[in-house]
Amino acid sequence: MSHDHSIDPKNMPKDPSKATTEGKYKFMGLWIFLGGETVLFACLFGTYLALKDSAAGGPTTQELYGMGLVFLMTILLLTSSLTSVYAIYHMKNNDFKKMQLWMGITALLGIGFLACEIYEFAHYIHEFGFTFRSSAFGSAFYTLVGFHGGHVVFGLSWIIALMVRNSKRGLNLYNAPKYNTFALYWHFIDVVWVFIFTVVYLMGMVS
Amino acid sequence: MSMTSAQKSGFGATLWDWLTTVDHKKIGILYLAGGGFFFLLGGLEAVIIRIQLISPENNFISAGLYNEMITMHGTTMIFLAAMPILLGLMNFIMPLQIGARDVAFPFLNSLGFWLFLFGGLLLNLSWFTGAPDAGWTNYAPLSIQSPGHGIDFYVMGLQLSGAGTLMGGINFIVTIVLMRAPGMTYMRMPLFTWTTFVASILILFAFPALTVGLFLMMFDRMFGSAFFDAALGGNAVIWQHLFWIFGHPEVYILILPVFGVFSEVFPTFAKKRLFGYTAMVFATFLIAFLGFMVWAHHMFTVGLGPVANSIFAVATMAIAVPTGIKIFNWLFTLWGGSIKINSAMLWSLAFIPSFTIGGMTGVMLASAVADYQYHDTYFVIGHFHYVIVGGTVFGILAGLHYWWPKMFGRYLNEVLGQISFWTFFIGFHLTFFIQHFLGLMGMPRRYWVFLENQGLDTGNLISSIGAFFMSFGVIVFLINIIYTTIKGKKAPGDAWGSGRTLEWTISSPPVHYNFKQLPLVRGLDPLWIEKMEGNEKMTPAEPVDEIHMPNGSILPFIMTIGFTIASYGFIYQTGNKYWLIAVFAGMAIALICMLIRSLKDDHGHHISKEELERVGD
Ligand code: HEM
Ligand SMILES: [Cu+2]
Repeated sequence: MSHDHSIDPKNMPKDPSKATTEGKYKFMGLWIFLGGETVLFACLFGTYLALKDSAAGGPTTQELYGMGLVFLMTILLLTSSLTSVYAIYHMKNNDFKKMQLWMGITALLGIGFLACEIYEFAHYIHEFGFTFRSSAFGSAFYTLVGFHGGHVVFGLSWIIALMVRNSKRGLNLYNAPKYNTFALYWHFIDVVWVFIFTVVYLMGMVS
Repeated sequence: MSMTSAQKSGFGATLWDWLTTVDHKKIGILYLAGGGFFFLLGGLEAVIIRIQLISPENNFISAGLYNEMITMHGTTMIFLAAMPILLGLMNFIMPLQIGARDVAFPFLNSLGFWLFLFGGLLLNLSWFTGAPDAGWTNYAPLSIQSPGHGIDFYVMGLQLSGAGTLMGGINFIVTIVLMRAPGMTYMRMPLFTWTTFVASILILFAFPALTVGLFLMMFDRMFGSAFFDAALGGNAVIWQHLFWIFGHPEVYILILPVFGVFSEVFPTFAKKRLFGYTAMVFATFLIAFLGFMVWAHHMFTVGLGPVANSIFAVATMAIAVPTGIKIFNWLFTLWGGSIKINSAMLWSLAFIPSFTIGGMTGVMLASAVADYQYHDTYFVIGHFHYVIVGGTVFGILAGLHYWWPKMFGRYLNEVLGQISFWTFFIGFHLTFFIQHFLGLMGMPRRYWVFLENQGLDTGNLISSIGAFFMSFGVIVFLINIIYTTIKGKKAPGDAWGSGRTLEWTISSPPVHYNFKQLPLVRGLDPLWIEKMEGNEKMTPAEPVDEIHMPNGSILPFIMTIGFTIASYGFIYQTGNKYWLIAVFAGMAIALICMLIRSLKDDHGHHISKEELERVGD
């Protein structure tokens, strides 16, 4: 019996994602990993700040950035963080269907964000000739924002794989931690974006 | 279940067992073997360097090959020898010291090892087509302009092995925080566990800086970005910052774990508890914290300005304080103890003066104004070899002699051990002490030849002779390993009779689940406490019950192969876009493995109560 990971609905653990030791390890492991990720992004931010004015005759931050699209992207990603909170709330109530639904909405918002980002990059390249290779500023911009975008892609693949894999078998103590760690990762991506929004776009538009 | 696989014998089964193992002890041994292999390779490179410098204007190897030799020597020793060997000791010993049956993420542990190994092999493949030649620090713009693919191998090889190290760090942190045995509070943890913990934190926060630096280097060299290209507004100093933000914490990643080793060896062979345990823990944290504040002392001559130089100089000197605290604590531990001298103890005792010299030259270098004279001379080479060889390598050898009976069930031979100690110790000082003076006389580092009649001949000759002594010591150590494996004396659980910590409470070598029953820890040095109360064994903290263990897996190995193929593709796609096929194929292999790992349930297996009772202790 002790090897069984299914949840007994009458005897629900308070938080199924942390009811097993593996679940606890995973959750803490991801927290620690995010500590390392913070340094990673800090270095990318540092590089960007050092090079943002090195446009080498190409478009500058003020000429490039516009508010509309970036604001929309921020709203999309912030909302997706909120919907993932709903999903985890339903997980704790052992309501698998609702959890899947809200995770699905989270993924859709993430895809929306990504579409906007691709459009944005294409726009810069075609309208401004602003590329990864055109200046040190270009390299730093696409690397910082692109690394974040890459994290979004990874997160989306992760949650979609989880949702498909578990769609038929419901919630149990084995997969609950996986959803939970995903949610934590997703919040982190969101926080990084808030910094990109401020440091790259807002500061880039004023300075 | 688990026993059947061990009973199957034959080469194939054994190989499969090692390829798929997730046992922290076996992974520890793999790390030791892999790191040991690269240590020999790096040592060979060092000897070649010293032969080239044995006499003025020597022609043993060409200038280009010399550059490759110094680059590969430094890179190999730091990333592929010293660090993996330390990770091996940590992997094997730390879980035993906290009374755990495995690490928190056994799968990740195995992946980390394979990434290190294949990263190292990839880097060394470059020998066939031209190795990296811009120094282990790989400064831009030199590295950007270096022709051929050498630097690309450096970038991809270190990226792979660095990712592996990061995984190891995260794994150890979670293990120490969440898997300590009942009663093992933080302030009862052995010092080696503490330093493993703090070194892991350093890995966690330092390696991402290297990751970013390597990515920028990769983008500039392979995809035409302009981070370090002044013509397009780039800035080569960014590389130096990123490298040293990683690089200085890295030297503490190398030294802190061996501080832990010495803190185990001295109490055991002085039969006294460690002097100033709390101060030792505190000093470890202080060193780690300060270690992140001093990176620019490697960049005093770059021109960051007097304010920055002064701040970094003062911060650097401050590190000498906690380090000094440690030195005195070790001396006080020895003071009045009933001291037993053996190889492990000799390496530890030799460490104290050797490392202190390195610390003193460090403080000299930390004086920014004086560093304009020392920088990029043999003085710096003298400094860091005193700390890395006199500290890290001595510590590794002390740790190997100390824990060898625990790891392999046999004692290393004392006679051979002392021969290799004395030759290596004398050789070490012959090689590096004189280099301080060569440096002060103006001999620059990384030069292929030096000129005649400049007062440098004798010094270099002595230095090269020292290198032969060191090589002799290493060879005797290898013979010792072979001899011990065949004929070594068998060791009991408490191999030295005066063990204090939990690893000495279980058999040598330990069973694969380590502890049949988790021990109840009643204070610092738990085994010593039981001994003082006349108990032969630890009090168990739980009844004998079935034990849950993780399953082995081949996925980490295959995943690593995938990443390696992709890295190879990245290196060569600059010349021929067909190599992109390798990139995509390799990535696909790795991603499929990840997907399988994520989607296929793996609940581990259980060792039944009956089986445990049959095996006995
Ligand atoms: C009291 C402690 C220490 C101080 C004050 C110190 C200071 C310094 C300074 C100022 C430099 C730069 C010299 C130059 O390039 O001009 C340096 C270089 C170096 N130190 Fe230390 N150090 C200390 C301990 C250590 C330790 C414990 C290690 C390693 C285990 C270490 C490894 C190195 C290495 C590898 C370099 C040379 C890097 C290179 O340029 O290739 N140091 N040290
Ligand atoms: Cu340093």
